[in-house]
Amino acid sequence: MNSIPAGRIIRFALLSLGALMILAPYIFMISTAGKTQSDIFTSSLSLIPQRFYFAENFAKAFAKVPMATLLWNGVVVCGLIFFFQVVVAIPCAYAMAKLKFRAAQLMMVLVMLGLLVPIHATALPLYVAFDRMSLLNSYTSLVAPFTISVFAIFMFLQFFRAMPDDLLHAARLDGMSELGIVARVIVPNAWPAVTAFAIFSVVAHWNDLYWPLIVVSKQAYATPPLGLMYFRAAEAGDDYGALMAATLIITLPLVAAFLLAQKRFVEGITMTGLKG
Amino acid sequence: MSSVALAGNVASAAALRARSEDRTAWLLVAPAIVLLLLFVLLPVAAVIFLGFTDFELGYGKFRFVGFENYAHLLNDRTFRRSLWNTSVYTAIVAPVSIMLGLGVALLIEGEGRARGFFRTVYFLPVASLIVAMATVWQYIFHPTIGPLNALLSLAGIPGPNWLGASSTVLYSLSIIGIWQSVGFNMVLFLAGLTAIPRELYAAAHVDGAKSALDRFFLVTWPMLGPTTLFVVTISITNAVKVFETVKMLTDGGPNKASEVLLFTIYQEGFVYLRVGYASAMTVVFLAILVVLMLLQYRVLDRRVHYA
Repeated sequence: MNSIPAGRIIRFALLSLGALMILAPYIFMISTAGKTQSDIFTSSLSLIPQRFYFAENFAKAFAKVPMATLLWNGVVVCGLIFFFQVVVAIPCAYAMAKLKFRAAQLMMVLVMLGLLVPIHATALPLYVAFDRMSLLNSYTSLVAPFTISVFAIFMFLQFFRAMPDDLLHAARLDGMSELGIVARVIVPNAWPAVTAFAIFSVVAHWNDLYWPLIVVSKQAYATPPLGLMYFRAAEAGDDYGALMAATLIITLPLVAAFLLAQKRFVEGITMTGLKG
Repeated sequence: MSSVALAGNVASAAALRARSEDRTAWLLVAPAIVLLLLFVLLPVAAVIFLGFTDFELGYGKFRFVGFENYAHLLNDRTFRRSLWNTSVYTAIVAPVSIMLGLGVALLIEGEGRARGFFRTVYFLPVASLIVAMATVWQYIFHPTIGPLNALLSLAGIPGPNWLGASSTVLYSLSIIGIWQSVGFNMVLFLAGLTAIPRELYAAAHVDGAKSALDRFFLVTWPMLGPTTLFVVTISITNAVKVFETVKMLTDGGPNKASEVLLFTIYQEGFVYLRVGYASAMTVVFLAILVVLMLLQYRVLDRRVHYA
């Protein structure tokens, strides 16, 4: 009964070792969030807290960080960004994929150029402009620069090109207008691409620190990463218990979403990744 | 006769249709074009323009200084330090995370039941808030109360002051960078691996590629070419764009030992408000991205494609 070859055991051992290293920060985060200050200082290697201090640490985190505001801001900003990106990109990608028009070539060049330029490159003039218009510290400044996603256009373009033309011909014969086709034929058929892009977009903007850091200086408009940064700078110091509790709360929504829909997540990242 | 008239009708109807199609298309792409102009093209033009000025936020006036900003950049020790640090960080994070990503993907590919579990675990950092996880890493790296040094002292090794010493800070940040991106690269490689037809392996076996290593170099590696190229490009660009962990954990310190490109730009432009000078830095940053993209196309052109 030597049914398990050595190769498989080595492979499993290697994977487990790597997995442990990936998981280590999460394990320490959870364990430290439940420790008292003195516990943290004396026994950093024992994972089980000597006294369970979870409730106190979480209470501290909730008292000092406006968690609800941060999470709400995160949801609003990511939601608005995603909404505009899709509403702008789908008609554009449809036209580029399925309609003949003179500027199609030019559009393609613009999209390729756009793919190259990250927010870090456009941040300075945009900041100056938002400052002049007194739009700093607002949802507008957080959302506006991302309403156009050339990446979304590029991805939907690939997806629409693979769509059969017969579907569109049939719709046209039925007397549908082009806008009607976009709304009633293209969008319902584009769901896989839309969910894939949704995951990409939300992960990117939920995590973004650079732009919020630039345009927001008030707690009221802080996104989760920014809020956590304020908390760490102002309050936490060496109070790692409360800090880890806050970290845990802020990390949880996206991780939970990932665990619930991981197949879609992985699909989304590969689809967006490989075709980007 | 009537057939000619009919043909003429069809032709003009087609022309009419083409024109209306052109108009509809314009309508559909118009919002995208306007936003592209507003948020990509104009700002890029403005950055290039501002790079030739001494514009500072808060002062009304500015003047042209030609290439003065760029000349200054050449001798700016902080900027040179920052370019160097970014290169070192990239030279560590990109290759290591690519190789580990490929390794993990190959191992997982052959795994049976535990496959889904491992994939989830390795992918977890991609779905986690990096700013949040950075604070966890800060605790792990803490010189006195951190678990990493506690572990090392068990083995009798005196642990370094990971994020606090200029000799180790860049390596510590690299560890976080690798931890964060291995799963992303793994997922991309996994997708590339599943696209390789099984028959190729069987054929390679018949042709005498008996060991797994032979089959890897004969089939897997060449077939993964396009995926690898993509992973390489995206890994390098992401490493060049490192910012979050630096801002969160070190603020470029100690002693500028972890100054990286985006952090220096951020500091100049948004803290000291020297917009003109920071714009010149941004142009250098953009130029690096352009070169990376051109390199990718060069390789794409030369490489033999199997996909």
